Amino acid sequence: MSVTTRYDRPNSYIGKSVPRPNAVRLLHGRGRYVDDKVLPRMLHAAFLRSPHAHARILRIDAAAARSMPGVVAVFDGNDIAQVMTPWVGVLTHLSGMRSPPQPALARDVARWQGEPVVMVVAHSRAAAEDALERIEVEYEPLVPVCDMQAALAPEAPRIHPELDSNLCWERKIEVGDVDAAFAAQGATVVERSFTFGRHTGVTLEPRAVIADYDPAEDRLTMHYSGQAPHMMQAVIARHLNMPEARVRVVAQDVGGSFGIKIHTYGDEMATLAASKLLRRPVKFVADRLESFQSDIHARDHRITARAAIDGEGRLTAVEIDDITGIGPYSVYPRSSGIEGNQVINLTGAPYDLPAYRARLRVVFQNKVPMCQYRAVGHPIAMAVMEGLMDEMAAASGRDPAELRRLNLRADDSYPSASPQGMRFADLSHQACLEKLLDLMDYKTLRAECDRLRQQGVYRGIGLVSMVEVTNPSPMFYGVGGAPIAAQDGASVRLDASGAVHVSNSITEQGQGTEAILAQIAAEVMGVDISTVHVVTGDTAVVPYGGGTWASRGAGIGGEAMYQAARALRQQILATAAAILQTRPEKLDLCEGQVVDADSLEPRIPLSDLARMVYYRGNELPEGLQPELIASRHFKVSDYPFVFTNGAMASYVEVDPETGMVKLLGHWVVEDVGTILNEKLVDEQIRGGVVQGIGGALFEECLYSQDGQLLNATMADYLVPMASEMLDIHIAHVVTPTRTSELGAKGAGEAGTAGAPGAVMNAVNDALRPLGAHMAQMPMTPERILRALGRV
Amino acid sequence: MSAPVQITLSINGEPITATVAPRMMLVDFLREVAALTGTHLGCAHGVCGACTVRLDGASVRSCLMLAVQAEGTEIETIEGLADSGAEADLLDAFHRHNAVQCGYCSSGMLVSAAELLAQGGVPDRATIRDHISGNYCRCTGYQSIVDAVEEVARTRAGKAGAGA
Repeated sequence: MSVTTRYDRPNSYIGKSVPRPNAVRLLHGRGRYVDDKVLPRMLHAAFLRSPHAHARILRIDAAAARSMPGVVAVFDGNDIAQVMTPWVGVLTHLSGMRSPPQPALARDVARWQGEPVVMVVAHSRAAAEDALERIEVEYEPLVPVCDMQAALAPEAPRIHPELDSNLCWERKIEVGDVDAAFAAQGATVVERSFTFGRHTGVTLEPRAVIADYDPAEDRLTMHYSGQAPHMMQAVIARHLNMPEARVRVVAQDVGGSFGIKIHTYGDEMATLAASKLLRRPVKFVADRLESFQSDIHARDHRITARAAIDGEGRLTAVEIDDITGIGPYSVYPRSSGIEGNQVINLTGAPYDLPAYRARLRVVFQNKVPMCQYRAVGHPIAMAVMEGLMDEMAAASGRDPAELRRLNLRADDSYPSASPQGMRFADLSHQACLEKLLDLMDYKTLRAECDRLRQQGVYRGIGLVSMVEVTNPSPMFYGVGGAPIAAQDGASVRLDASGAVHVSNSITEQGQGTEAILAQIAAEVMGVDISTVHVVTGDTAVVPYGGGTWASRGAGIGGEAMYQAARALRQQILATAAAILQTRPEKLDLCEGQVVDADSLEPRIPLSDLARMVYYRGNELPEGLQPELIASRHFKVSDYPFVFTNGAMASYVEVDPETGMVKLLGHWVVEDVGTILNEKLVDEQIRGGVVQGIGGALFEECLYSQDGQLLNATMADYLVPMASEMLDIHIAHVVTPTRTSELGAKGAGEAGTAGAPGAVMNAVNDALRPLGAHMAQMPMTPERILRALGRV
Repeated sequence: MSAPVQITLSINGEPITATVAPRMMLVDFLREVAALTGTHLGCAHGVCGACTVRLDGASVRSCLMLAVQAEGTEIETIEGLADSGAEADLLDAFHRHNAVQCGYCSSGMLVSAAELLAQGGVPDRATIRDHISGNYCRCTGYQSIVDAVEEVARTRAGKAGAGA
């Protein structure tokens, strides 16, 4: 497809699938990931972690470990607490949320298997691990509270004795007459219970940190594999009691993050504390077992939901009850309440819905902490609502596509709001659904399904209409007291050679952040993209801003870049006009030159202009004070979030003998507003879909009843590999957001948001003639066979 | 811990002699002793493929092999593969197809892809998917990688067919 750009001429990059300039060195093995860095006098940390899900720490004997060769220091929770304050992961706008202070290393009580308890710092990681084996910890096992429903029982042991229950947070929503809608004559009502298992990010590069404290300057540098450098700077400063400006956070290449690497982790914080205590660099890189036991987990919901349509097929009410287990602490500083909050905020969002009731309970349990992971809450909200839509279609004898057509918010109905108060603008549900049905040739596929069923082949189609929260305003975190910026900053300058240098507070984890920044700057500045040099990820040099999360990079950081480049462009034109004795509006920038605006005839190369400004200021007209640098910040105003929308379909075949699901087709139509780089958008969607399929079919953190994680290796925890995956077909509808000039919305999470629901609906469509139904993810062969009554 | 052992091997055409602990894994040797950080450690169980290197012409998981087992071998890592120019078309195709996002899987993925391409012919997409199914990529969803490998196979087969 082609995207309209306002600059139809040379250096027109916005909307083009420009390959990422910074990807070449990654392909050549020249990446600079945290573990690739070696600093002078650097030490290595390893952690002894709790083997119990819940246990009192009675005694730690580290004397033998301290005397091991290469060991420099051993720290327990009390040692680290001398220099580091604990943190509390609550947001004030999530009213009533509570979570006790969490220490970097467990003190007195360990509350999940894998919680760091003792830290060894040594000359090598191997030496540190050798010493771990010599540490004796005496534990008094306590009753583990693992099942989230059991945790709410009045007699359940309390994970935090200072709280009166294991409830972290509860929220209710009630809008419209829900009971009347369900009781109405002629209503078709369906009710289903869903279970969404825990899974986790499995970034191929594990979490990694080098803490480098320099006592001579009282300056702490964190080499960080993560997404939000300025947030970490604030967190570290606050809890190590240092001025923020004395903490520098540097994120260079990051080997995947997906929301995993945006939280406060005790092992990383203890590494920072250790560097301060030891006054030299300390590196910690999680191994894969530690990743499974300490990276945040995701999802973990038990849901009962029902919905009603009237005799005409129009949605009249939805009700949802969600219990979600978050481990023993709400994670700092984003809290573990957002996941469930998104579920109840977004359920039913694509549809005209007059009445809605929701109850959310966020529950403490003795498992790995749960927090925001790619598509936060969305996969649950979409799978539940779309599952109910398909069930209502079946119960009322309607085609699933037809039922959606009847109920989708109309493309000409915006701005509008949902019963939950979500405000929508510039969406295109109807156009996306029609385009999807066309793209996949829905009628032909449906006929093929029906024909094959006669032959005992069970294929199914699953549809999803969806929204995604992107470009959040301060209403997401800042309003709740978290040190998380909703705005991003961009800076752009022209150097003496005529090259353009840009920096931006959004960060790169492989999405193509730096590529789109270069595209925007090159186009606005009228230069070849190869002359644009991009810096991100370093709090010492980039403007202040939130970083990359919640699908906000292109929409917020990109807009800031656009505005900064436009400002510099005007400054350059004003300077050139003074030199050339004309007016700025008579000039333009094109192919590295100041040109005549009408004829595009070159007037002066940017390099000549820059050299005159920097070297021969004496030749400039009197009084001219050129500034060849500009900065701008941008945040979304007027709307709390910029929603995107899309439609997705999955086509599967289920083998009723083996319970295996074969993916046959997957289609996505997504409206991300203005597309800056279609290839990068499509690859975000594809990667996201596959990640969503992982949660739908394969991935689950399996626990024993006493809170032991059973499959903490990549040999036991299944992730999607190439052979099980398929080609994913993508098309776009383009409705720019009114909240910015560029009009770009976010694209990073939609794939993950919609894919699980689409696959689940497809599986259920395939199983329907067999009288079976799946409502638990992942939909493993064993669970499918159970649903079929075969095992 | 047993005494360090001296080993001599060739990495990317350069001889290297070093004294290593017998327990040191090959991946750690490559990264920490030879300072070739293009090879990555992902799972340490031989499952994810991030540490895949070429050893005497065959793809191996450097996290499953001890450094001392590499005595006398010829190893090629992503750095050698890139510098030699032998797979320049493959690297270029990965770039153009955006078959790389975070880059952490890329070195292993490229070694595996090069191994398949070295067999000649134009493998179908299922064969390509099967061949790289021991290399985990969390970012791309694999399709762009399959696209890149398929394109290179076609181009190489075209050149071979033309007698070029």
